Amino acid sequence: MSAHESRSESLKHAPAVSASSRIGLTLFWIYVLLYAGFMVLVLFQPDLLSLRPFGGVNLAIAYGMGLIAGAFLLAIVYMAACRAVEDRGPPRG
Amino acid sequence: MLYESSAAAIAIFAAFVLGVVGLSFYLGRKGQSAKGYYAAHGEIHWFVNGIAFAGDYLSAASFLGICGMIAFNGYDGFLYSIGFLAGWIVALFVIAEPIKALGKFTFADALDSRFNSRGIKLAVAISTLVVSIFYLIPQMVGAGDLIVPLLGLPHTVGVILVGVAVTMIVVTAGMVSTTWVQFIKGSLLVFFCGILAAMILNRGLVVGAGPAANLTPQVRTVTPAGTVLIDGKPQSKDHDLRPVGTLKELPARYAGKTATGPLRPLEYLAALEDSTIVTWSSKKHTDAEGTHTTYSPVERRGAELLKPGGYFKGLSTGKLADRLDFASLMLALFCGTASLPHILIRYYTVKDAAAARKSTVVGIAAIGAFYVLTLYLGLGAMTSAALDPTSTNMAAPLLAKSFSTTLFAIISAIAFTTVLGTVSGLIMAGSGAVAHDLVENVFRIPMTDHEKVRCGKIAAVGLGIIAMVLGVLFRSFNVSFLVGWAFNIAASANLPALVMLLFWPRTTKQGIIAAVTVGMLSSLAWILMSADTFEKVYGWSREASIVPFSQPGLVTIPLGFLVLVVVSLLTPKPVEPKTSDMVRSHG
Repeated sequence: MSAHESRSESLKHAPAVSASSRIGLTLFWIYVLLYAGFMVLVLFQPDLLSLRPFGGVNLAIAYGMGLIAGAFLLAIVYMAACRAVEDRGPPRG
Repeated sequence: MLYESSAAAIAIFAAFVLGVVGLSFYLGRKGQSAKGYYAAHGEIHWFVNGIAFAGDYLSAASFLGICGMIAFNGYDGFLYSIGFLAGWIVALFVIAEPIKALGKFTFADALDSRFNSRGIKLAVAISTLVVSIFYLIPQMVGAGDLIVPLLGLPHTVGVILVGVAVTMIVVTAGMVSTTWVQFIKGSLLVFFCGILAAMILNRGLVVGAGPAANLTPQVRTVTPAGTVLIDGKPQSKDHDLRPVGTLKELPARYAGKTATGPLRPLEYLAALEDSTIVTWSSKKHTDAEGTHTTYSPVERRGAELLKPGGYFKGLSTGKLADRLDFASLMLALFCGTASLPHILIRYYTVKDAAAARKSTVVGIAAIGAFYVLTLYLGLGAMTSAALDPTSTNMAAPLLAKSFSTTLFAIISAIAFTTVLGTVSGLIMAGSGAVAHDLVENVFRIPMTDHEKVRCGKIAAVGLGIIAMVLGVLFRSFNVSFLVGWAFNIAASANLPALVMLLFWPRTTKQGIIAAVTVGMLSSLAWILMSADTFEKVYGWSREASIVPFSQPGLVTIPLGFLVLVVVSLLTPKPVEPKTSDMVRSHG
């Protein structure tokens, strides 16, 4: 058995390898990018956060609220996607 | 400032405590199995569990601390909210389903699911106890601190009340009563914060008047004999510090007016940004007459208060170490939530992975809504002309008082009972670590199901007593930073082991034991050698500290991963059990 095959074989036994965990990981990385983008602005370009691109609130408030709302939206997307996968039945084998 | 105790606050608080303790006895009237005590039989409805997540997670630090930080320093308190909420993304997308599938009663069960190793259980039980106790101390001290101004009772009474009430809640029906107390607390907290935020928007922005509009500096002196002087004269009800926190000038479009009238949520923030606000800074010096704290007004534009840098001064100094310190804190908040044992055990109270997922989504909704509301509460308090310059923790209750004394009573009682929900979760996590992990699985003392429950209850009583003792012992320490320690230690000790177990089949039991031990000890050692601890705990100079920045996460979380990988590669490959067997044995 090649190293690659051996890895694929053992991955089948890793607890977190399922359709829902793959969806979860994709959404997780999307959120990490959003969160990291915000941190880069806070750390290196704080003046940009004072801009008011939408006329009303500044970018610091808009991005911060966006991260809270975004977490909820991604959570809803995840729940719907998992339900769709479960309704199709588990892709065993 | 001096506070009058409110009979209404005491009555509301007493009703709540008696109500939840009564409910606990009602829930505990039937005999219990170990599964009932530790995991509420796995029968809690996902929606109830989701709100209970909020009740478990939103501690007094979240409610009072963040409101106060925003009220005094502007935007930066909201950065904590963003970090605390983002941590739930890790919990939902990475941890929730596998931890439900792998574990039984405790976090150690899940980490040990593939190995049946006493070493893993011992290391994880110790890390659970360390994290839970660091989290517990500020809750207990906070309870004592709150009861003095809010209910007019001595500090020790607050600590004992919380300790006794929580021990009764946990001992009567274990996770069942803990869940319902957290559900009630979470619902009340979000609901009343919503009411308060609606009242703030309805009031709009008002130019400060009355004593708070007097902008002459104030001096509070504590003499060596312990007498408190305000501007040189003894403090009394008629001669006290003036309340602070006012709006000085409305935006140009309201020229000639002293109030905006009701505002929509985003309108409120935009109007605040264009206003001029007076916040207060404090400076301390000591001489032969005592310790003097001078409070001076600082006029600031709203736009300046609504951007980062008011509290985290390091963001504007340009020093790399200060930026790394901030980045490290935000990383620890992100990684810490999904590693807190008292949060993780809540996944065992629902029936399956789908319910675990749904309850996390409800938790995110409730906690996210709460954090958005606290932004309004903090900013509302900042301009309420009601703040106590000596106490950031009193910002939310005093804001409520600026509307009505009944609301003050309700918010005070909720602030205090907030502690009950979180402490019961912590005692429950500690009880599981002692009775289930240590006594049953590490020492392997044979026990019947009934004895397991009794052992858990004895552990809960012991932990309740320890919590009360610590709450009294640490009363004069500034302990708010201990929650930050708990997040850092949890993230460094638990997260690398959990993530690698789930995603890297080559993980060995030695790797897990090493990662948990090194993560816990390195983050603790880093904290004990940091500038913050040197200054706030030992009273030494910040410059004498050994580590380059105070928050350890940025170094110790990757270190946990590295140690796990290296040790796993150096030790024999684990024998893979069949997944179906593994899930069945823990299902």
